[in-house]
Order: sequence, then structure tokens, then C-alpha cells
Amino acid sequence: MSLTDQEIKHLAKLARIHIEDTELSLLRDQLGKVFQLIDTLQAVDTTGIEPLSHSLALNQPLREDRVTEPNLRDVYQAVAPEVEKGLYIVPKVIE
Amino acid sequence: MQWEVVIGLETHAQLATHSKIFSGASTAFGAEPNTQASAIDIALPGVLPVLNKQAVEYAIRFGLAVGAEINPRSIFARKNYFYPDLPKGYQISQYEEPVVKGGMIHFLVEGKAYQVRLTRAHLEEDAGKSLHEDIPGATGIDLNRAGTPLLEIVSEPDMRSATEAVAYAKALHQIVTWIGICDGNMQEGSFRCDANVSVRPLGSDTFGTRCEIKNLNSFRFLESAIQFEVERQIEVLESGGVIIQETRLYDPDRDETRSMRSKEDAMDYRYFPDPDLLPVVIEESWVNSVKDTMPPLPQVLKERFISDYGLTDYDANLITSDRGLADYFMAMTSNASASPKQCANWVAGELLASLNRQQLAIDKCPISPNKLTQLIVRIEDGTISGKIAKTLFDILWTEGGEVDQLIDSRGLKQVSDSGAIEKIVEELMSQHPDQVAEYRAGKDKVLGFFVGKAMKASGGKLNPAQLNDVLKKKLAG
Repeated sequence: MSLTDQEIKHLAKLARIHIEDTELSLLRDQLGKVFQLIDTLQAVDTTGIEPLSHSLALNQPLREDRVTEPNLRDVYQAVAPEVEKGLYIVPKVIE
Repeated sequence: MQWEVVIGLETHAQLATHSKIFSGASTAFGAEPNTQASAIDIALPGVLPVLNKQAVEYAIRFGLAVGAEINPRSIFARKNYFYPDLPKGYQISQYEEPVVKGGMIHFLVEGKAYQVRLTRAHLEEDAGKSLHEDIPGATGIDLNRAGTPLLEIVSEPDMRSATEAVAYAKALHQIVTWIGICDGNMQEGSFRCDANVSVRPLGSDTFGTRCEIKNLNSFRFLESAIQFEVERQIEVLESGGVIIQETRLYDPDRDETRSMRSKEDAMDYRYFPDPDLLPVVIEESWVNSVKDTMPPLPQVLKERFISDYGLTDYDANLITSDRGLADYFMAMTSNASASPKQCANWVAGELLASLNRQQLAIDKCPISPNKLTQLIVRIEDGTISGKIAKTLFDILWTEGGEVDQLIDSRGLKQVSDSGAIEKIVEELMSQHPDQVAEYRAGKDKVLGFFVGKAMKASGGKLNPAQLNDVLKKKLAG
């Protein structure tokens, strides 16, 4: 399966990656190889096999509903690029 | 052309846990920004989410309340999208195997019974909050809400009008608050709806193209938004246009819906099982133990009240409209000394009216169930009249105190001494000879005139039945 330029641009948009038109053919080749791997996997007959949702054969441990986390805002915000009034500041998001 | 409206709702109910769904941070509302956002909630590298048992238990409770199937094995998935208030770049949700499958919501609209099928209910985490107005030229992010547990309840497209959709949402709201899994506070966003709305020619069996209206946080907005959207779609179709599948926002100030994003930039969420979380296994024994702790549901209680106590449908509905009110009523009836029917009259009448007048919830009611029962006992044993009981109720409400003490100290006792009643009646008859003559000439209605006068003269304290007897005897001459 080969991807169209349109599909590559869509994927880049979803992943928030900027790509130049000159990179399209290189990406098509590389992604094509990934899809070949998937095709190989898809070709295996999995009739009657339950889909695997996790590679570990364990069940999810559960925790009791207790507040155990202290307020560490100052510690976390010390490494944030910009904070104000206790808020993390990001470029204006236009709705 | 005649159009049929098709509506399905997706409802987010915030679960009433103390801590978040995957971290030990508090979920309390109204804290200073980011003081309840732990390393997991702000997505620092290397952290691992651990599932809150209570959140799963609440989902089980919901499933049991709506007659759904509890999935013995459910899985969490990542829903991928970018937004500043979603620091991981994905929301942990459930996709292929939700914790609750199916179920049914029953409700009445103007006496007619409706049923809406549920598709599923799944657990997920809430995102943080973006504040666009607080910081000039920038957006501020508060991640206190990030990781708050939500139960997303998805209905089938079974509703055919805005009225039905609101009735469904109210029934759902009643259930989640009744079983104690959600505080139901819509202003704080604890219960909010997305509505999928489409129209089709009446009689058609295929669905029209739908639009999704996001984040409706009041029943009134839900109704207005659907009504606007239905009219908009019909107008587009009747003028020869087509409906584009899109997400829309409701603007309550202008009472209209506006396009938010269309299908071309529709989200492609690329769900996949979250490798940080293992499958959640719910043993039957767990489901059974949750079942044992479930309160009786409103519908069940309502029927019990009608059959055991002879309550009217109306009173039974009112009393079961709220868990606290039903508990209050049951606390009264557990004391067998007062008749349940009278208790219901007082709860659905005076008590509810007083609560509404002061906009109080039942748990803030100044009169305890026990005290109100005592008051009713005193009506039933003839100590006080029904009219005086209302006065006594007001005293208990505003000043507090004990029923019997107040009856004594305020002189509220009913006069059942026939000698005293006769004296009042005789006096009144001599003051109003014309009315006596009218009565004797066959105008029975004049009796009411004397009842009113006698009650007024005694401050409402005469035993009404006795007064009637004495009046009839004396007036007959």
C-alpha cells in the first residue's frame, strides 16, 4: 500500500509535524516500509484468536480512593517556561 | 414536508470520588489553579497511572441501576489529540471494551411512558481548563480538573423531540445522583450533555446527517439548543441545501448554535489500547457485593409507597424525585405512630414548599423527620388542629423547639371542650341573628360563615368536627 501526498500531509497535521513538499517522496518511501511490515502482520491468519490488548498477562491493579498527593505546584512550575497567577501560560488559543 | 427529529445524547457525569481516576490528587472543586495537579495529571515523563477502584465501582453501580451488562473485562484506550489543556497529548478513555454495555432509561412525558436504550457507559479522565480571558494576549492553563473521573453515558438515537431529550437527561440525572455516583451539580460542570441532532422526512427509515452540539450544562440550554438546531436543519433542507456533519457550539446569549469544526478537520483520534494500563477485570463477586449496597431505585420506592401506603401517584413522584426527600419520608414512616399518608401530605406539601421558598436542600432542612412526625401525631390525636399545625410548623422552622413544649407554652391546644365551644357558638348566634334566620330558612351555606367566625374568635383552636356538630345542633334551634 502506498500513501498519497494528501494522506502524508494529513498524518503530519495530526502529529503536529511540519513537513516541506520536498520531503514528501522520502517520507512516502519510509512510511511505505512501515506499511509493508503491517501488511506482513495482517497476512497472518488470526481466526479464532482473541485480540491482545496488552503484552503482559496480568490484570490492572486498583488503588483505594484516597488523596495522597500533596500540592507540589511550586516545584512543577519551577521548570515551566512561563507561569502567571498559578496558571501555565501558553500562546493564545483561538477558539 | 413533515420532518421527524432524531436525537441521541452523550452525557458526562463526573464521578464523586475524592481522588482522581489515575492519581492520588484531590478532585475538590474550586481550589487555587494547579494545586491539585500531580505529576501524573500534568503528564511528567516516567509516571504511571493507577486506576481508582471507587471509579470502577461507581460505573458498576450505574450499570446495575440501568439494567446494563457489566463487562467482565474492559480496557482503556488512548484518544489522541493536541490541545494545551491535555498535557499528555491523549485522553485516557475506553473504546472497544467499555465497562458498561447496554441498559435502558425509563421516563414519563405528560403521563406517557418512554424508554431510551443506552449504547454504553465508559470511564475516562477529564481534561484541564483553558482560561482565555484571564491573561491578556495568552491562554492560562489550570490542570486541577485534569484526571477527574468521568462516566460518559451514550444513548441510542431514540429521542424524537427536545422535550423527550430533556426528560431523558433529567431521568439520567435523577439516577446518577440517587445512587450517589455524581453530585449532579450542572453549574460546576459535574453533569453535562452533548446532543447529536438530525432530521429526516417522516416515515423514512434512514437517518439524516447529524450535527453534534457540545457541552450543554443546563436542561434549559439543552432544550433551546436542540430546538434551534432542528429549525436550522429543516430550514437548510427545505431551501434545497444539505446538512454538513459538524460539531457545533450553543451560544445561550444569542440562543443559536454555531459551527465549531466541520468534518474535513474532524478529529481522527487514532484510538489504541493504552500500554500503561492493564485490562480491568471485574469478577462477578464484586458486582454482587455492589448490588448488595445499592439503595432501592426511585421507581421501586415509588411503587412501594403507592401500594403500601396508598400515596397518590403525584405525591409518590414528588417524594421520590430526590433521594434525600425519600430518605426523610422513610425516616418518618419508620416511626409507626403517624399515618404514612399524612406524612406524605406534609412532605410533599408544607415541607417541600418551605424548602423551595428558601432554596434549601433537604439535608439543610431545619425540622428533623422525627419532629415533623411528632407534629402529625399531635394532629391525629386531636391535640392540635390542622390549621394550628401549620402555625406550629412555621415556629419549628424558624425558631426550632420541641413540639409538645411549644403546644403548651404557646397555648396551641385545640379546644375540644364542648361547653367552651357551645359558649362561643351561642355568643356568635346572638351577635348575628340575621344569619341565624337565614340558616333556619334553609340557606345551609351560612354554616360556613359561623365556622369562620368561630375559628377566628378562638384563634383557630377549635376542634373542627366538634364545632360543626355543635353549630348544626344549635342553629337547628
